Amino acid sequence: MGGQDAGPIDRSQHDFALWEKRIDAMMVICQGRGHFTVDGLRRALEDMGEQAFETMTYYERWVAAVNQNLIEAGVYSLEDLGRRMQAVKARGATYGEASETGASDG
Amino acid sequence: MPHDHHEHLSPSGHPYRKDDDVPLTYWQTMEIAMRELLIEKGETAAAEIARQIDAMDARSPANGAAVVARAWVDADFKARLLADAAEASRAMGFDIGPLHLIAVENTRDTHNVIVCTLCSCYPRNLLGLPPDWYKSRAYRSRVVKTPRAVLREFGLDLPADVTVRVHDSTADMRYIVLPARPPGTENLTEAELAALVTRDSMIGTGVPRAPDLRQPA
Amino acid sequence: MMPPGHIRAPAYLRGKTGVVERRLGAFANPEKLAYGLQAEKRDLYRVRFSMAEIWGAEAEAPDDTLDAEIYAHWLEQVQD
Repeated sequence: MGGQDAGPIDRSQHDFALWEKRIDAMMVICQGRGHFTVDGLRRALEDMGEQAFETMTYYERWVAAVNQNLIEAGVYSLEDLGRRMQAVKARGATYGEASETGASDG
Repeated sequence: MPHDHHEHLSPSGHPYRKDDDVPLTYWQTMEIAMRELLIEKGETAAAEIARQIDAMDARSPANGAAVVARAWVDADFKARLLADAAEASRAMGFDIGPLHLIAVENTRDTHNVIVCTLCSCYPRNLLGLPPDWYKSRAYRSRVVKTPRAVLREFGLDLPADVTVRVHDSTADMRYIVLPARPPGTENLTEAELAALVTRDSMIGTGVPRAPDLRQPA
Repeated sequence: MMPPGHIRAPAYLRGKTGVVERRLGAFANPEKLAYGLQAEKRDLYRVRFSMAEIWGAEAEAPDDTLDAEIYAHWLEQVQD
């Protein structure tokens, strides 16, 4: 990416959404447990191609990269993930509703 | 209702984006599913995730600013910092974790600026989370080729007799710029000096604030 | 042609000549780590390139520099 042409730098700053902070936290925790290194994340990001910069936000690219690494590390299977994503989606139409598990860990 | 104490205000005082009310996106669905699976598989717990978020929120450029101010007042510390920035920062009580940290010094004729072209590596333990622009494609691609033009966008116009050094953290090192101490600060305390050190001055896209010329009575 | 996969020599520096600014030590090869494989240690160096060397006539100031960390297996000694 170094040296490619690009437009002016947008210096606005968004406040991180909770879901973004959660992704960051899971990335740090899972790296700490040795499931992957920053190199695996970099490689997964590169494999998404240039396109990903147009279609996905920063933390969207990172949740995809962390997920890729976790699946490769065997922490959970793609099937596990698929089933769970269906269940999450079925809980409701908003992030708040979909995070609601009714489980005691809040 | 979720009993998550992070719901209210972000540390900057702004409300979090109203996640709760916005339509659930595909990637948010993945985040929720990932988090639940990790907890169920025993890889983490909700409390650990919350603690990690708190730890991240607690880190701010103030840590880096304290290190810079110490280097300005203490020549031995400065030498230690330039030799092994991780060790020196730890000696001040900051948890650098496993980072390898290199401090690069701005002088009258050298100005340093940091980038990670491969992703967005950043000395998070000293400076907190990186700003959005640091992670942007525009910054990462342009600063290695036209750093002076980029710095001008940030309001920093460097003369021709200053050499610009760009540092691309391509591997295991993380970088922090040791900015030059502003003139007229001889009588300031270490804490007052730290207050002049901006985040951008430690990345290299800015310089420290000038001291307030109006002295309190 | 860039080799496929995760390689740690940034494209914009390939084929360029610089000087070793310092040796950083030996670190596990990230190109193996990136795929979750066993990684042997490789020597890592900070290499300094002039902007003129990298960008030629397009450099803003020829003597400005770019330092990057490059693994030994991506470096070739230049004959003086």
